[in-house]
Amino acid sequence: MSTTTITFEDRPVACQTGESVLDALLREHIDIPHGCKQGACQSCMMKSLDGAPPPEAQNGLKDVLRHQNHFLACLCYPQRDMRVGRHTSQQFNRATVIGKQPLNSETLLLTLHCHGVMDFHAGQFVHLKRADGLSRSYSIANSRRHAHRLSFHIRRLPGGRFSEWAHGELNVGDDIEVSDPQGLCYYLPDDKERNMLLIGTGSGLAPLAGIIEEALHQGHSSEIHLYHGSREVDGLYWVDEMRELAQRHAHFHYTPCISRGNAPQGIAQGRANDVALAAIPQLKDWRLYLCGHPDMVNQSKRQAFMQGARLQDIHSDAFHVASSTQE
Amino acid sequence: MTENTPSLYEQLGGEAAVNAAVDIFYRKVLADYRINRFFNNTDMERQAAKQKAFLTMAFGGPNNYTGTDMRTAHAHLVEKFGLDDSHFDAVMEHLTATLKELNAPQNLIDQVAAIAESTRDDVLNR
Repeated sequence: MSTTTITFEDRPVACQTGESVLDALLREHIDIPHGCKQGACQSCMMKSLDGAPPPEAQNGLKDVLRHQNHFLACLCYPQRDMRVGRHTSQQFNRATVIGKQPLNSETLLLTLHCHGVMDFHAGQFVHLKRADGLSRSYSIANSRRHAHRLSFHIRRLPGGRFSEWAHGELNVGDDIEVSDPQGLCYYLPDDKERNMLLIGTGSGLAPLAGIIEEALHQGHSSEIHLYHGSREVDGLYWVDEMRELAQRHAHFHYTPCISRGNAPQGIAQGRANDVALAAIPQLKDWRLYLCGHPDMVNQSKRQAFMQGARLQDIHSDAFHVASSTQE
Repeated sequence: MTENTPSLYEQLGGEAAVNAAVDIFYRKVLADYRINRFFNNTDMERQAAKQKAFLTMAFGGPNNYTGTDMRTAHAHLVEKFGLDDSHFDAVMEHLTATLKELNAPQNLIDQVAAIAESTRDDVLNR
């Protein structure tokens, strides 16, 4: 009987013909989370580290997961030797602060130069780690055209240990650690003729701006609608930059929104998600990107689904405030 | 059944049919005020995966269905939130309406309904 070799965390495991990667690893008492064993629950998701896995092992996975060579171990009957890992593993890289600039009274544009080349997609996030180990997740705000450069929008949270430190003490020239890019909320250039709706609140604009930059750079040909919301006008930023971008690209549309008080001319009144989903009632075949407050993200996801979007076309990143912020 | 007779699952169109049905079915369930409170879990992907497993089973497809799992999964809904026959009936309505929308023939819809109906006592923990 022919076998293939699965290498997991430097350990080789023989996989028999007709045996799934999941069964082979479990047989060797390697603890892989799993459930239905038929490709439905997706709890046995893993990542191929040496190229594309068998296509049938990616059945039902989101396009971005397939693109990152994720697969379901229970559906994977390897035709060749494979190196595989858990889909959550990560490493840290060194970077130096090269820019600090206020975007508004509470948000800082932080720019880093990474010592190694980062393979990332606009819209993904990384964990930034201070020398003492304190770390927080931030979305990458620029497109992958800048292989060594990463920029972030860091909102100062009252009592937030990391954000207070980044605003007040972190200086140009300082080093900081950056994890490998994570997350599934990003632009893929394979569907340039599909409309995109992007909704963000607060610093949720960061990943969305990166995604838009990437989409325009890739020549996305269909409509791109961005709704950025905050409570008050003070909380918005890059209003002029986004307006200018909309002037240059006829198919990019930008609507800033405020949910409190009276909106001045040129700014919509209401929550960004309410304004957006009322303006575009039919979302069949649209791609959605939702970033920011977790309640906004969850409500919009459900509403967008009810308005015809497919669940797998809804990309989201909920910004949860670290529970230890107040510690 | 002889070897030449396609299974119910094959007649319905297999996994592609389940994929087509999941979104329609889940949308109907979420839009129904009688039952949507049972589905107010914020993890929509996970919930859609569960619905897919349920539909695969009801379509006569490959599944690991056990009555015990179905009981355990719904026990707290019966005890704390009053899950009863009226809610099960509503889900059955949406299941058949979904298949009608996908133009499945009535005799296949009847077979799917019969399989789903067979889980009633497990779901309601009786």
